[in-house]
Amino acid sequence: MQSVITQFQKHEAIALKVREHIIKMSTDGGCFVGASLSAADLIVYLYSEFLNINKDNLDNPDRDYLFLSKGHDVPALYGTFAELGLLEKERLKNHLSTEDHIYWHPNTHIPGIEFHSGSLGHLPSVAIGVAMDIKIRGGKNKVICIMGDGELNEGTCWEAVLVANAYKLDNLIFVIDRNHFQANMATEDLIPLEPLHDKFTAFGAAVKRIDGHSFEALHEAFSAYPFQTGKLNVVIADTVRGKGLPSIERRADRWFCNFNAEEVEDLLKELHGEKITQLTSETLVVR
Amino acid sequence: MSYEELLTQTALSDERFIVMTAENRALVRNIPGKLGNRFIDTGITEQTMIGAAAGLALRGRIPVVHALASFLTMRAFEFVRTDAGIPNLPVKLSSFIPGFLSDGNGPTHQAVEDISLMRGIPNMTVFAPADEQDLVEMLPQIWNCPNPSYVRINTRKTDHQHTPFEWGKAEIISKGEDVTILTYGLLFEQAFIAIEILKNEGLSVGLINMRSLKPVDEQAILHATQTSSLTVTLEDHFLTGGLYSIVAEVLLKNEVTARVLPFALTEKWFKPSLLPNVLEHEGFTGKQIAEKILGYKTRSVQPEISIPQFSE
Repeated sequence: MQSVITQFQKHEAIALKVREHIIKMSTDGGCFVGASLSAADLIVYLYSEFLNINKDNLDNPDRDYLFLSKGHDVPALYGTFAELGLLEKERLKNHLSTEDHIYWHPNTHIPGIEFHSGSLGHLPSVAIGVAMDIKIRGGKNKVICIMGDGELNEGTCWEAVLVANAYKLDNLIFVIDRNHFQANMATEDLIPLEPLHDKFTAFGAAVKRIDGHSFEALHEAFSAYPFQTGKLNVVIADTVRGKGLPSIERRADRWFCNFNAEEVEDLLKELHGEKITQLTSETLVVR
Repeated sequence: MSYEELLTQTALSDERFIVMTAENRALVRNIPGKLGNRFIDTGITEQTMIGAAAGLALRGRIPVVHALASFLTMRAFEFVRTDAGIPNLPVKLSSFIPGFLSDGNGPTHQAVEDISLMRGIPNMTVFAPADEQDLVEMLPQIWNCPNPSYVRINTRKTDHQHTPFEWGKAEIISKGEDVTILTYGLLFEQAFIAIEILKNEGLSVGLINMRSLKPVDEQAILHATQTSSLTVTLEDHFLTGGLYSIVAEVLLKNEVTARVLPFALTEKWFKPSLLPNVLEHEGFTGKQIAEKILGYKTRSVQPEISIPQFSE
């Protein structure tokens, strides 16, 4: 048990570093900071512990696959890549530079990115194609597709669940970053999703709902993979938009953020519990 | 050889091929039993089928996907553009009942902007065979090219013996100094009738089967427009974005002009009916085409137009 706890502490230390990267990318043009912070822990967990993906096997057909369908939370992914050695940390400073390819959505110029995204509701079906091929070849690879809860408004997400169910893709895991917000407001105030667990179950998936910020809960859930033979796996990870920064947590007006240099300094301190930032930069930035 | 025979033979001899459909099985009726798990029917989900095809292509497969032309190109447009076009994956689109071939279905099923939409996607290649032999002639090269491809499937039979398919080349059927008809797809049949009538009226007439619309045979277009008094573009497509637009683009690019008479649908869908009636109603029979070019009626007889035999 001691070693497991140590392992979780290691993940927490990495996640803290990832959040620092996210905050540093939220200036000079900004980024989708709230959704990045909500997804950070589950992305760190998946790459650190669950997935067989590392810098040496990115072209190996037996590697696992992760597709980031919500896309705009890519700072969490790049931050994780930087911490785990898939991406040079220096490159994160190239955010939004035309000299590099680090912009608001993932693209395959970055090692470790399997497919570009940005348009919601696309990668569930792309992940299905990969999972189907693995099944045809008798492979053991795992395929993960991370989707946002707002993304679930898109009908193609549900189309994908139907098709994954029909083809018994138990090598595929849809992970929902359930941060309870879509762009401008709480999901339940616009297009209600609950009871979400029941919806996925009714569509034929094997579902687990967990605290997406608890490494222990993530570990317990993913250790049970495949959840049920012949069924699509769905993990609903309950998360907090803006997690780690109380001054923006659960705030509908802090979706895309472009902080000034002083705010970034303060937010880095806030992340470490040293102060609460007085934010003055524009809210509801439209991107 | 039929489309289905070619596809079956190709997929059986090359493990990379996956045959997919969004529950449009008319062209692949016997393939499920022969191909096993390399046949995938995603149900009535054109978007999911295209996304999954992109995923399969990522893993080294060549998915040949089937759906009705209007749903493949419009319902799934963004998936084609974003998931096959942006990463330049070899997803092969077999587009069923394009253009006038949707005959009695009505405007929901009329893909008469498909060429325009598909050729607007970077990396996409676009083809429209004149008949089944032309189709089977071109498919091996199309399926083996590294890009996404869109093919207006046309399994009608004509008496014409086509020349071998050359990448990016049109098929020059004949050359003429008075009129040259440029066409693609199903209307090749009617163009053939039209040029016979025009010849009987004493004109020197050319006919070009465009075959490949992207890449397009610019030289064939330039030669025809510069050596014929009149060039006719004939297509079952909206005037905007199809062959007429392609010809205009080629002429402008080369800083030349020409007299061009377009036969196309202008700002309207066509009247749904059985194919022979559609052609007659819209003015696209060989006789009507010839008489519009001539500017007078003739005693020619329009041969009977066969009704498409589709099982769904």
